Amino acid sequence: MTDLTSLTLAEARKGLADKTFTSLELTDAHLSAIEKARVLNAFVMETPDQARAMAKAVDEKIARGEGGPLAGIPLGIKDLFATKGVRTTACSKILGNFVPTYESTVTSQLWRDGAVMLGKLNNDEFAMGSANETSCFGPVGNPWRREGSNTTLVPGGSSGGSASAVAALLCMGATATDTGGSIRQPAAFTATVGIKPTYGRCSRWGIVAFASSLDQAGPIARTTRDAAMLLRSMAGHDPKDTTSVDIPVPDYEAAIGKSVKGMKIGIPREYRLDGMPAEIEKLWSEGAAWLKAAGAELVEVSLPHTKYALPAYYIVAPAEASSNLARYDGVRYGLREQGKSINELYENTRAEGFGAEVRRRVMIGTYVLSAGYYDAYYLRAQKVRTLIKKDFEDCFAKGIDAILTPATPSAAFGIGEKGGADPVEMYLNDIFTVTVNMAGLPGIAVPSGKDAQGLPLGLQLIGRPFDEETLFSLGEVIEQAAGRFTPARWW
Amino acid sequence: MMSVDAATVRRIAHLARIAVSEGEVPHLQGELNAMLAFVEQLSEVNVEGVEPMTSVTPMQMKKRQDVVDDGEIADDIVANAPATEGHFFLVPKVVE
Repeated sequence: MTDLTSLTLAEARKGLADKTFTSLELTDAHLSAIEKARVLNAFVMETPDQARAMAKAVDEKIARGEGGPLAGIPLGIKDLFATKGVRTTACSKILGNFVPTYESTVTSQLWRDGAVMLGKLNNDEFAMGSANETSCFGPVGNPWRREGSNTTLVPGGSSGGSASAVAALLCMGATATDTGGSIRQPAAFTATVGIKPTYGRCSRWGIVAFASSLDQAGPIARTTRDAAMLLRSMAGHDPKDTTSVDIPVPDYEAAIGKSVKGMKIGIPREYRLDGMPAEIEKLWSEGAAWLKAAGAELVEVSLPHTKYALPAYYIVAPAEASSNLARYDGVRYGLREQGKSINELYENTRAEGFGAEVRRRVMIGTYVLSAGYYDAYYLRAQKVRTLIKKDFEDCFAKGIDAILTPATPSAAFGIGEKGGADPVEMYLNDIFTVTVNMAGLPGIAVPSGKDAQGLPLGLQLIGRPFDEETLFSLGEVIEQAAGRFTPARWW
Repeated sequence: MMSVDAATVRRIAHLARIAVSEGEVPHLQGELNAMLAFVEQLSEVNVEGVEPMTSVTPMQMKKRQDVVDDGEIADDIVANAPATEGHFFLVPKVVE
């Protein structure tokens, strides 16, 4: 039998339905791959007993003809999703040994549809980072290396464990979250497909909060079809999240292979940065050419406030984080460091429990919300955000169906190579993705090529609100043209 | 251009309830000022008459029925607390 871990999710679904193999066999193949890949540090918690129990139960259901849309499919879960009875830490020391007594809505829907949990995946602490280097469990290795080099590269972040595990064939798909690019940037760094759906498409209930007006869950998978299958199960209205939208979830898979003929694709001139590497420029034109060959029409568009998205983000996101993370007080859950007074207990707990990046963001957030600075920073950033959203609205009002951009300004880099001296250097990774969160729109990253060193690069498609289907159709065109990319195994 | 001094760094740290040692202050000050310098470019945007964003997706705030639909889970609530007695969280003495 071929190695079960190399199947796509769609192929595995067929194999399970045809009874070529069982979910237990598929699950065991992945558990064994995870064991052999511990050097990647993608999983922070393996749950083999639970995985086998879930697989056996779903095998019985499949035998009775009751399997759901994801019946028997083994998945990895980002450690930001609360999983009942399974330690959930957001990869922060401050959550310590937190064991939720409840299940996040998104993961509960995956289990409802028959998926199997292999374990919890590494991420940047509280999803704050673009390289998965801020995790209290240490950095994650990218399965991709530069040609002829043994240097371990970052998988991107914050969903670095999700991207690495999917690319290394440790799971058939993974949950992820995206606040400024945390699904799309790691997907681009690992040649996987990642979609951040429209704000409100997936429930945020039971996901550790970072910046509530920007956070959205989405899948990372190996193909656009697999991502479509996963999103269908993850999405949907949830009364427990007041920002989740009560509109039906379409069958996203039906959009795969649909013609894109006549679609208008915007190419935003502001995304052509000074000093942009020639290979990113080339990738972008190639992607545009593929869409044109499939019958789409390319239109140059302008999104004039693009350059202000990242600075506005670094006010809005830390401000919301400083408020959300106020709950980690050493009293109700997680780590506690003693103090003589309640204030000292709070201060000692938070100094010990939060890593450097989280402390920095909580502090900047506290500052921009503090008396005397609120108007100059926070209020101004929220006004700029309105302008960023309006740029997109104007563009879509002219009949543009989707916008094509590079996903990242570079390929993956080495662990410890960026952001050491100046945090802003790391933040620039999200320059093409962060606009999408600021405007609440859906965005997908699709593998599109390689750089001169053999590292994967991705393109991003940005869609109208709640039009993820168009992104899947266009993403599939790129996938068909670019082909799929698999890393050579070194672990 | 706005920047923070050492005293402001200590004040922010206290507001954020994060203990900061004297030795960490200069480093933090540098990092916070790097971030403030980066966001400074927002001051060149004309925001005259622009409404600040309050909701990225236009929607009515949903209201649920005013009924008790959850509860009786005190065991769950204190299950992860570092120090409890019965169904109470324990903290250092707050009121003399």
